[in-house]
Amino acid sequence: MAPLQITGQVLDVRRAGMYTVMSLTAPGLAERTRPGHFLNIGIGGEESGLLLRRSFAIYQVQSRGVYGGSVDIVIGVHGKGTQWLVDRRRHDYLSIVGPLGRPFTLPKEPANCILVGGGYGTAPLFMLADQLRERGCRVDVIAGAATEEKLFGTLEIKRAASTLTVTTDDGSMGVQGRVTDVLDDIITKTQADVVYACGPMGMLAAVAEVATARGVYSQCSVEESMACGVGVCMTCVLPVIGDDGITRMVRSCVEGPVFRGDRVRWSDVGTVPPDTLGAPTGGH
Amino acid sequence: MSRALITSGPIDPTVNLPSVDMSTSLGYFESPAPVFTASGCAAAGKELDQFFDITQLGGIVTKSVMMNARSGRATPRMAETPSGMLNSIGLQGPGIDSFIENDLAWLRQRGARTVVSIAGGSVEEYGKLAAKLRTVDGISAIEVNISCPNVEDRGQVFACDPNSSAQVIQAVRRNSDTKIPIIAKLSPDVTSIVSIAQAVERAGADAVAVINTTLGMVIDLDSMRPALGGITGGLSGPAIRPMAVRCVWQIHQALPHLPILGMGGIRNGEDALQFILAGASAVSVGTVTFHDPSAPFRVQQELEIALAQRGFATLREAIGFAHRGPDVTEVEEEQA
Repeated sequence: MAPLQITGQVLDVRRAGMYTVMSLTAPGLAERTRPGHFLNIGIGGEESGLLLRRSFAIYQVQSRGVYGGSVDIVIGVHGKGTQWLVDRRRHDYLSIVGPLGRPFTLPKEPANCILVGGGYGTAPLFMLADQLRERGCRVDVIAGAATEEKLFGTLEIKRAASTLTVTTDDGSMGVQGRVTDVLDDIITKTQADVVYACGPMGMLAAVAEVATARGVYSQCSVEESMACGVGVCMTCVLPVIGDDGITRMVRSCVEGPVFRGDRVRWSDVGTVPPDTLGAPTGGH
Repeated sequence: MSRALITSGPIDPTVNLPSVDMSTSLGYFESPAPVFTASGCAAAGKELDQFFDITQLGGIVTKSVMMNARSGRATPRMAETPSGMLNSIGLQGPGIDSFIENDLAWLRQRGARTVVSIAGGSVEEYGKLAAKLRTVDGISAIEVNISCPNVEDRGQVFACDPNSSAQVIQAVRRNSDTKIPIIAKLSPDVTSIVSIAQAVERAGADAVAVINTTLGMVIDLDSMRPALGGITGGLSGPAIRPMAVRCVWQIHQALPHLPILGMGGIRNGEDALQFILAGASAVSVGTVTFHDPSAPFRVQQELEIALAQRGFATLREAIGFAHRGPDVTEVEEEQA
């Protein structure tokens, strides 16, 4: 289904630890959204000097209600654009385009699923957990971050999961270490069939490596900086191996953001590997 | 010339505006509408067709295609700048055969007017690309990108030298159907854009596309290294609009008969009108599409309103209108 370009109104802005959760009216968006979809928002109004839209994973959607549908996103402030966004208040209008991208693929049969979220990469995992459980899947969640305040929604996601394991680099909450320090064990304990992950690229690379080594199918939602979000600018590319075994620089906004973990050439992200289709032959 | 008597001032939006004949031409290419996408800002039309009916535009200018598939540069490929952005995409694309088979076939089936942008590493490659396009139907014009800053050897951007520019255009002209207009896309990074425009016109270009991005650079303050994988990149967006309007003005002044496809930071209909008044016969909307995916269509609607508000019955009357002599009323005042 084609994405919508709509004007949404801010319904609510609330702090959640070091993040901001924003609810927006978004008629028509909820019905179209699948777990793993994202949307993007125009920054600074019509005459803005910040031209590039900011992209956010869709956290929650409500298809009914007095507002004719609404959507929630989780915002981490990284610069002027996201700062402007979290400074919006109830009733302000925002330009929204979504849902965008390829969502997570859900198993056809009940399966044992592990969901791994890094920082506020847990945001798209809530809808995913709910839908997996509706399909009779077992859901175990691992949430990791550098410190406790960089975790998002751990209390809430517990309700949708058989188990929740928290890791922090500094040990301020849960197990001290990385998500991959516990992933192998949890794959064994839950006899996992699928690992879903969303978070920083380094974490995704490590998760995909563990899953692939264990012969477990993995789906990773990547974070690449985007300009348009709709597939026209060719900014957000990364090297991915196709069904034909050929590596291409593919757009994470339309061919992703969810990729098979064993298809992304994680260690080559940020480069053009020499065997990529159309890679430069002379040095450049 | 009644429009010359219309004074500026607040416009009453409640007044029903008459419709404007928006048709225009770029050489042999007659188009019912004057707003195009800009090469590299619309892929091959399919993605934007989700947001507006692309057949309503003047046409889709496709991303520059080369002979072979090309991976483009490493990331990061983009840096946001004040009212603009830098890109170092590096002409990523599928190569001409795949482009013809997939992208062009889709555009033809969709019924969109199509301007195919081509880019080559050598004069010979441009000629070969033109020869490939000669064998297919459904092309309204060829835009020859001689000015992409994201090529391996930036010292050899064809559009920076009148002779190299002319050689490329001659090669394309020789290998193209005589009825297919050739539009040369020029770089603003030159001492005299007029001399480049003259050179490509003599070499057989039917129109010029003005301007491509201008070379820029951003240093990342965290890494304290260049922000882009390609080190330098092309600057685009409203930040470069005054430079683009100036280039259109200069070319139209020197070569008033040469059609111009104007572009550079067009964000709304009034921006587009500046280009038309400076001498452009049509305009492309580029970077702002990343801000608003329906921008090309919106700009076209707004341009019609902007023309109607100023009393123009046709777009053609407005082309180069800013170059006219003193207005009648001013002359009278001087005489009094």
